Amino acid sequence: MEFIIITLVKTGLVAFILLTTLAYLQWVERKVIAHVQARVGPYRVGPHGLLQPLADVVKLMTKEDLIPDHVNKVFYVLAPFLAVFLALLSISVIPFGPAVEIFGIKTNLGLADINIGILLILAVSSLGVYGIALAGWASNNKYSLMGGLRSAAQMVSYELPMALAIAAPLILSNSLNLREIVDTQAGNWYGIPNWNIFTGGQIFGFFLFMIAAFAETNRIPFDLPEAENELVAGFHVEYSSMKFAGFFMAEYANMITVCSVATVLFLGGWHSPIPSQAGSGVFAALVHFAAAGMLFFHAMHAARPFDKITFPVFGVVISGIGAIFLAGAFVWPALGAAINGLFWYGAKTFILLFVFIWIRATLPRFRYDQLMRFAWLFMFPAALLNMLITAFFVALKG
Amino acid sequence: MSGDTFFFYAFSALALLGGLGTVLLRNAVHCALALMTSLLGVAGLYLLQGAEFLFAVQIVLYIGGIMVLFLFVIMLVNLDQASKLQQFGRQTPIALVVALAAVAAIFSMLSKSAVLLPASVSLTPLTGGNTETVANVLFTDYLLPFELVSILLLVAVVGSVMMAGKRTE
Amino acid sequence: MPTTLLERYFPVVLQAILAFAIGTLLIGASAILGKRVRNAVKNTAYECGMTPYGTAKERFSVKFYLVAMLFILFDIEAIFLYPWAVVFRDLKMFAFFEMLVFVILILAGFFYIYKKGALDWTAEELKPVQHKIHVDLMPADPVPSEKVTHAA
Repeated sequence: MEFIIITLVKTGLVAFILLTTLAYLQWVERKVIAHVQARVGPYRVGPHGLLQPLADVVKLMTKEDLIPDHVNKVFYVLAPFLAVFLALLSISVIPFGPAVEIFGIKTNLGLADINIGILLILAVSSLGVYGIALAGWASNNKYSLMGGLRSAAQMVSYELPMALAIAAPLILSNSLNLREIVDTQAGNWYGIPNWNIFTGGQIFGFFLFMIAAFAETNRIPFDLPEAENELVAGFHVEYSSMKFAGFFMAEYANMITVCSVATVLFLGGWHSPIPSQAGSGVFAALVHFAAAGMLFFHAMHAARPFDKITFPVFGVVISGIGAIFLAGAFVWPALGAAINGLFWYGAKTFILLFVFIWIRATLPRFRYDQLMRFAWLFMFPAALLNMLITAFFVALKG
Repeated sequence: MSGDTFFFYAFSALALLGGLGTVLLRNAVHCALALMTSLLGVAGLYLLQGAEFLFAVQIVLYIGGIMVLFLFVIMLVNLDQASKLQQFGRQTPIALVVALAAVAAIFSMLSKSAVLLPASVSLTPLTGGNTETVANVLFTDYLLPFELVSILLLVAVVGSVMMAGKRTE
Repeated sequence: MPTTLLERYFPVVLQAILAFAIGTLLIGASAILGKRVRNAVKNTAYECGMTPYGTAKERFSVKFYLVAMLFILFDIEAIFLYPWAVVFRDLKMFAFFEMLVFVILILAGFFYIYKKGALDWTAEELKPVQHKIHVDLMPADPVPSEKVTHAA
């Protein structure tokens, strides 16, 4: 019974954090791309446009929910639902942090702890094709069908190198349980963190995985399904209102999932790159204090009048979080272990998410024949070779 | 009703209703989706047996792979006209007799060996990893069949390219 | 700590229920909240403002079908890697060589489809005549692999 209550609480918390992150990832993306292009991005709704996601949700909810006559109604509605449903499902097997004991309650930071975690993620991602393919087919529109079909072919083509790239760290860890995979990456080797990307020699595998992840989530430079200069908007031409937004919500949720998987498989999950005796607990606090300091500095040299108010407020909040990390490091070790794990997991995942956005602001789009040739003639053999070489060295070392 | 029983009947119903839908629905895409539901139900039954690996493989390969191919074929070929034809019209009486005979045979077999519609189902507890068990057997005792699979796949690859190439050249 | 299978998968089931609820809520809410104004033009398929003609259900390149088929075949191979990786440290070099044999046989198939040009999306999509015009207009093709003059 206690287990069920804890799970309910954890699921609620994770859902809340996930949905907030989804909404604000959109804000972060717009801000980052804006600054890359020397603009300011969303700015009007709330301080620094921070309430923009809320405004967007309200706007999308109240937009006209158009269902044209020429569509297949059942699948037209089912497709965005399927996309959202599947995208939100995978987070349940991701481990966010170590097993902790707070207030006498022992629990793993993460929802489910199953033996086939990585296979379940692969299974859910293989179902992701349906949302897009069905949307394209049900819309009964030339652009949609072409976009849906292209996208389905792209997603299955890149799923293969992704599955092969995942196999290499599995050979190192000998488990399909994501929590066990992270556990095998604990500690360090002469100061180098014992992560699969470093001591496991998976740097190439990591890049293969990330490239495949870009294609799986239909992000630039692999966003052929919505190539607007030839297919208008691809598979979601005929969609409006929240059904339209559902596809984007799914895209962002999938981004979070693949970044989490990359963190778990290659970047040591929640493990800190700094050995704990060198003060890994203090590091998180220092990062927050530095960020707070920067905000206070900018508040003193405010470019806009209301920055004098908003920047110090954010600064105080962030230094408060820093103080919690400091307390975790020196006063309350149990809490420290939990929040440090979460900090490192979050930091690694967020850096990868930033790379997604950064690349969107930088690269153009592939041509379709280039995209398919790249998947089959480079990604597939390269991932296979990477897997075999890894296996050879693991077998050699014993 | 315990959780085990509930999920057993839920997945069984999914598998059976999906199978019926596959046969009875007229729109080819609807059929494909029904078949998908059926496969999902079977995957669920695998999971209830503790065969976690089979459960995942069933979803990845059958639903995420083979059914995508089916859907492609349906989208690729214009089946709207094909669905209107009464291709199997004359065979209905024969088909009915054969189907009934098959159902009778299955039921008579099941009623001898197993309980039909058990009131409660209790699952065997999880012991160790299912994947490890499968792997240990597959890569030692069944090594030859495993290697033969690669030859089978090779033949399939060659065959699929041959079939796809025929029409265009 | 969870012991039985149902307890282990309970969080996954819970998350599935939650995801189902969120999906239904989002799509349901927009269906209720959004106002509807319908007219004949809005109901037509969107084709950039042109009057739509013909049907969307056209025939597509056999390449899509081929890709899906090849994906299944190679995906079966990839799936075999997972249980193999789990027991890899028990079998060591034996495991490596048995997988090497498996992979080499698969790669033979891969080379066959490569030589057949089944993975080249430009080859059959364009007709030879178009190739000539294309090359004449743009003699300095930036992508060397795209050269199709001799292919025709």
